[in-house]
Amino acid sequence: MRHKPMFEGSDWSFELIERCDQEIGALAEQYGLDTYPNQIEIIRSDQMMDAYASVGMPVGYHHWSYGKHFVEVEKQYQRGLMGLAYEIVINANPCISYLMEENSMTMQALVIAHACYGHNSFFKGNYLFRTWTDATAIIDYLVFARNYISRCEEQHGVQEVESVLDACHALMNYGVDRYKRPYPISAEEEQRRQQERAEYVQRNLNDLWRTLPNARKMDEAEDPGFPREPQENLLYFIEKNAPLLEPWQREIVRIVRKMAQYFYPQRQTQVMNEGWATFWHYTLMNRLYDEGLLTDGSIMEFLASHTSVLFQPDFDHPGYRGINPYALGFAMYSDLKRICEQPTQEDRTWFPDIAGGDWQTVLPEAMRNFKDESFILQFLSPKVMRDLHLFGIVDDDQDKEIEVAAIHDVEGYRRVRELLAGQYNLGDREPNIQAVKVDLRGDRSLTLRHFQFERRPLASSTEEVLKHLHRLWGFPVHLESMWNDSLVSTSHCPAQAKPDAA
Amino acid sequence: MNYIIDRRLNGKNKNAVNRQRFLDRYKGHIKRAVADAVNERSITDMERGEEVHVPSRDLAEPVFQHGVGGRRSVVHPGNKEFVAGDRIARPNGGAGGGSGEGEAADSGEGEDDFVFQLTREEFLEYLFDDLALPNLTKRHLKGNASFKYERAGYSTDGVPTKLSVLRSLQSAKARRIALGGRTRRTLRELEQRLTDADAAGDEFNTFRLREEAEQLRARLKRIPFLDTTDLRYKLHLKRPVPTSQAVMFCLMDVSGSMDQETKDMAKRFYLLLYMFLKRHYERTEIVFIRHHTTAKEVSEQDFFYSRETGGTVVSSALKLMQEIVEERYSADAWNIYGAQASDGDNWSDDSPVCAKLLEERLLPVVQHFAYIEITRRDHQALWREYQAVAEAHPETFALRNIQNPADIFPVFHGLFQRRDAA
Repeated sequence: MRHKPMFEGSDWSFELIERCDQEIGALAEQYGLDTYPNQIEIIRSDQMMDAYASVGMPVGYHHWSYGKHFVEVEKQYQRGLMGLAYEIVINANPCISYLMEENSMTMQALVIAHACYGHNSFFKGNYLFRTWTDATAIIDYLVFARNYISRCEEQHGVQEVESVLDACHALMNYGVDRYKRPYPISAEEEQRRQQERAEYVQRNLNDLWRTLPNARKMDEAEDPGFPREPQENLLYFIEKNAPLLEPWQREIVRIVRKMAQYFYPQRQTQVMNEGWATFWHYTLMNRLYDEGLLTDGSIMEFLASHTSVLFQPDFDHPGYRGINPYALGFAMYSDLKRICEQPTQEDRTWFPDIAGGDWQTVLPEAMRNFKDESFILQFLSPKVMRDLHLFGIVDDDQDKEIEVAAIHDVEGYRRVRELLAGQYNLGDREPNIQAVKVDLRGDRSLTLRHFQFERRPLASSTEEVLKHLHRLWGFPVHLESMWNDSLVSTSHCPAQAKPDAA
Repeated sequence: MNYIIDRRLNGKNKNAVNRQRFLDRYKGHIKRAVADAVNERSITDMERGEEVHVPSRDLAEPVFQHGVGGRRSVVHPGNKEFVAGDRIARPNGGAGGGSGEGEAADSGEGEDDFVFQLTREEFLEYLFDDLALPNLTKRHLKGNASFKYERAGYSTDGVPTKLSVLRSLQSAKARRIALGGRTRRTLRELEQRLTDADAAGDEFNTFRLREEAEQLRARLKRIPFLDTTDLRYKLHLKRPVPTSQAVMFCLMDVSGSMDQETKDMAKRFYLLLYMFLKRHYERTEIVFIRHHTTAKEVSEQDFFYSRETGGTVVSSALKLMQEIVEERYSADAWNIYGAQASDGDNWSDDSPVCAKLLEERLLPVVQHFAYIEITRRDHQALWREYQAVAEAHPETFALRNIQNPADIFPVFHGLFQRRDAA
């Protein structure tokens, strides 16, 4: 049944947005998209810049790095180097999406489809988000964090707090439990437990660092060492064991750690998340058009914007900045749908389980149970590789030349897929660094061990990070770089006068 | 249930604090940029923002990252001619076209500076940070300068916005009581008699009394609930507020010996001074005196932009300044500051006169007097005379030499650096 178009011109109004949201919501329900309730907020472009700079968080604690980010965004925007994103969406319940007042009505519809139904359903459905974040509590927690940190600033001075935050931010990526599910966070709970925790930690800590030797002395050989097992969550390790931190400093470490944990799923699902939202805005907008709810002009405007978002420059294009997650994700979901609806012989060999299946079951499954790495490993089809002309190269510093390892041909599909999946594996992308030893009886120094991945050394920023770590730990910090069980290099903070002569 | 919320009216600058924190952190860089800007800019565009460059290295937020080296494999799109097993010469830049994640810029060499724009206010803020006019001590009540409005009871007339509802209703009630008191008393008596007559069954009287009571009630009703005479307005009175006031004398040599470059530098110095005063002390007056063989008080426009030539008699300007002080700025009411710029040329017999004038007439009445000599040549008689004055009065007199435009800001800064109150 053809309807009358919802709107003709480009001007939007609250009634139109509401109408649009209802129509899109109804369609989304037909497709079985399960979402949190939406909270759509209309903001100005300068507010969008604010939101940008605070990584999209509606409330955040104060820190100079957000100011830097803001200054940068503002500068680029003023010079016209960068258009602002049409939308920012926050993984919370209700799911908050920002719409800019400058957008035309068509763009508002696009953003509603993209953010309020695409991203929203991803947040609610994907297993990483379900396990690692608590959408109902995040806003409360952010408020708690902001209040706590400003109280610390009042009590201990902005400088003091800032240096702790700087140090924590440097280690933020190492503040994540990768395997253990963390407790859900909630503000009230935090506040209630915070005092209790401060006392408890301090007591336990004193136990660990007791200066009086234990009556029953352990032999050196018997000493299991501390920590018993290597610790990969450095911030957690510091929060619980750093000898000199004040309780409020520990709490700040904890706040940064919780934030890192909250963002951890987003960092692992970029391709999937953006691809999913793009796939759905494309599907929903086309449905609206088919039902006559959008004018020809609107759908053209939508398509122009959609295409520019999906633009993937070739590797030799001056504008090439790596693979566009929107393009890759959208291509993969669209191709999954194609595999279900019009499977070829190739698809039947590669995807026997899903070829010819029902796309409305296959796609949500693929959205729910994977992260970028496993999603690509599982679902990147030969057709997508051919369409994008993907090829993998190996750049080995022991080799004078770069080798093309595999291309989009029959022999290369699996290899390209593995390489691409590896590229999205956070475990490979970030150096593997663990806390392995604390010299409890000697100088209280902390030793970290870096296990090199593919012989890759650490970047020059390492020294600076160690300084931050040293500030938190309070005693010397050593870092050993290992490759195949042999020590490659060490660095120390404070720097040691003479290098480790053998 | 979905909500649509209009947040456009919410406050802007949510990041103002963060921005300020950022600026504070890089104060050193910003101050350097501001000082450079002052020296490079033409004098007419001092009052705008400035771009500040900070090396990206200094701004970096370090994290553990993979460095260059080892073995890395990357997938790129857009293959055209490669087949598996091809070997390609490594392009310059080592990393082989980025790590594919857009993070390459952080680890590469030769990064660009981080550049950002200071607003005009921020620019001035940093320009005059930690500067102050010395010895701003005297306070004097100046009648027509600034006022504060204070509550001063109520009045019977005023503008509707100042209407005091409570007071108005109070007086309305009082008026109603006053006007209706007797009528109400009579009415009460009538009603009493009415009940009596009614009880006695006196029909005629009942009827008459009822008529009368009716009339009284009507009269009561005619008393207005609120009358214009009831209205009361809050009254505010102007009260003068004491202000501390200062006057700045700008003295400049515009004689033939001052070439254009020298004048430019002097102008620049005054401009700084002028901005500084306008900014910090709203209640500051400025007197511009320029001189060659004779001195003249001129407008700001003429002072900076009109041309004149001739010989040099410095004392003429000092004399004029002294006259103006006596005439308009009594020393007990005004903080007086003087700043003089010259190339050091003076009619030789005049220099001791200047020193004498300064020491005997001006220094006793001024808070501070600064002399700026703009020359690359050796100092002449005037400088030597002034030096003696400076040694005798280190608190109130200072002299500095400016050789090239780059000196202007440091000298200015040195002259007006905030001194801790002893």
